[in-house]
Amino acid sequence: MPGGGGAPATPRPAWFEEVRRFVRFVAAELKPRRPLATPFNLISIPVMAVGVVLIVIRFARGLESVTNLTQESPWGFWIGFDVVTGVAFAGGAYLVTFAVYVMKAERYRPIVRATVLNGFLAYVFYAGALLLDLGRPWRIVNPIIGNSFGYNSILFLVAWHFMLYMIAEFIEFSPVVAEWLGWRRAQHILRKLTLVTVIFGVTLSTLHQSGLGALFLLAKSKIHPLWYSEFLPVLFLVSSVFAGLSMVIFEGTISPRVFRDRVNRAHNATFDEIVVGLARGAAVTLFLYLFFKALVFVHGKHWVYLGDAWGWWYLLEVVAFVLVPCLMFARGVRLRELSLIRAAAVVTLAGIALNRLNVSVIAFNWRSANPYVPSWMELVITAAVIFAEIWVFRWVVTRMPVLHSTPFRLVDKDRQAA
Amino acid sequence: MDRRRFLTLAGATGATVAAGSRRARADGAPADVEFIGVLVDTTRCIGCRSCEVACGEAHGLDVPDVIGDGALETERTTTTRQRTVVNRYQTDTGTVFVKRQCMHCWQPACAAACLTNAMYKTHEGPVIWREPKCMGCRYCMVACPFEVPRFEFGSPVPRIEKCTLCWDRLERGLIPACVRACPVDALMFGSKRDLLEIARVRIYNHPEHYVHKIYGEHEVGGTGWLYLSAVAFEQIGFPTDLGTTPYPEFTKEFLYSVPVVFLVVPTLLAGLYRLSSDRERT
Repeated sequence: MPGGGGAPATPRPAWFEEVRRFVRFVAAELKPRRPLATPFNLISIPVMAVGVVLIVIRFARGLESVTNLTQESPWGFWIGFDVVTGVAFAGGAYLVTFAVYVMKAERYRPIVRATVLNGFLAYVFYAGALLLDLGRPWRIVNPIIGNSFGYNSILFLVAWHFMLYMIAEFIEFSPVVAEWLGWRRAQHILRKLTLVTVIFGVTLSTLHQSGLGALFLLAKSKIHPLWYSEFLPVLFLVSSVFAGLSMVIFEGTISPRVFRDRVNRAHNATFDEIVVGLARGAAVTLFLYLFFKALVFVHGKHWVYLGDAWGWWYLLEVVAFVLVPCLMFARGVRLRELSLIRAAAVVTLAGIALNRLNVSVIAFNWRSANPYVPSWMELVITAAVIFAEIWVFRWVVTRMPVLHSTPFRLVDKDRQAA
Repeated sequence: MDRRRFLTLAGATGATVAAGSRRARADGAPADVEFIGVLVDTTRCIGCRSCEVACGEAHGLDVPDVIGDGALETERTTTTRQRTVVNRYQTDTGTVFVKRQCMHCWQPACAAACLTNAMYKTHEGPVIWREPKCMGCRYCMVACPFEVPRFEFGSPVPRIEKCTLCWDRLERGLIPACVRACPVDALMFGSKRDLLEIARVRIYNHPEHYVHKIYGEHEVGGTGWLYLSAVAFEQIGFPTDLGTTPYPEFTKEFLYSVPVVFLVVPTLLAGLYRLSSDRERT
């Protein structure tokens, strides 16, 4: 701290020393730990730099300067991919916390912290991307402060749930931060909040995952009938389950390799078991989703739409990106073949992106003469947002006990008593 | 004279003045306020575009050069600089001109979509946009079945531009600028009830002259603007597949389920937690 070098005669109070130690600790932790010239950095730094320039242009000159959005296609890639797809990808956090804290499925405990961190960062960065898309982002507090409550809007519900869920995720993750800072008492108190927060968070997740689908119920006349259904909320909720599980499998394949020195051996040994369990869940929910899709298809008499290119596009999504990964997961679980499971996870994630983009962008205003195609600048900004998220994730993982510590057990007392 | 009688009179006579003051809402019982709208008789419209000029002048937007711009050659939509446009259609019964603008739905999708109540259905009927509340999310544009709200993509402080049925003029006791400017009474301002009656009377008196349908009577639950036509409405640019369900109905069930989920899911989760705790102990 500046001015701290002088030698005053009176001894400083204890809290002052405490603050000073804290600031020094954080300052030391902010320094890079690894070599900067890695392939990932060499790609991500220029992308983020260009992204920052483009974001400045966007706010100086309006959305038109960087996006291809039109009056007919008011929502583009930023909403369709960053927000609608990104939130489905982040579904892993509510599923894993539900399994571990509510269902006591202990074998998933080693991945809880990384998954919650991932979910939290995903929401923070995707909400951040939403700020770029809003025409008047400085008004984003309007639905929260009391004078403008649009209770009858699905988006009002989704906005509130995003905000509350971010807080819930942060509370779920906060014991890790407290542990990193060495705040024993805070850690103890924050841990006690976990169960309540998890129950709250799972409830919020069921509502806003389905709510993102419900958003498009109002676009009835605009979305191609193969993708519009009054069951969109159910379809979005069910697909968020296998999307989230696939993301956990995918992320779990990468980060233990990248952060080898941060992972303890127990984690490595059990991770294969965890992947098989997650894959089983993904296979079952994919099958359930197919069943719902078939119900919607038959009840809506949708076969009349299969004749043209839209019909083929629909079949591609449902067969290649739902049925195929479902079978891959099932086979991977039976044979305990992790490479097959990982491949299935990648196909599933691609399928979710395809489905969400179909509903929100591609099959939206499908009759339009000038279909929307994102500009390269929209894609670069999205890439910059994802890279920034990975940077923060990497910073946290290399400093806080995320991958290498088995988190606290909620009912330790019961165990100790026995 | 109370407001209701005033409006009834205005509608019945096609009078050129009417009141739409906010005081009517504050003083009188809300039940007394009747929704207002405009009846467009496309068989009368001569395509002079005086309404476009009057609209641009009234709101400080673009005033088209009606003589020279050749705008009728293409089918146009409203823009951020023009809240209303007139299109020309060649149909079975000859040339038809159609003025388009916000339909002012009775139960608007845009207002149901808006999470800040910036898009707002007034008690008198006009759907207005309230600048200080809007955060620019454009969900109103996604929701609107008529693709009316327009967003200033080229502005760092973008506005939503759409017809407000001249809300500011109504508050001053004036009728909408376009209605006032129409030289051939193709536009008539009044209460929905009166306008529907007048429309039906015209069809009844000249059954060979009109298709027997009032566009806007039932579409998406009914709209503030009503249209009469000599040809089928799909020939003059109207979407005819929108159904008669008010758009807010599509999301109602989901919104009703929210409090139920908030009660049931946490209870269920707490129960599951107890069960799994018991199982662990034994």
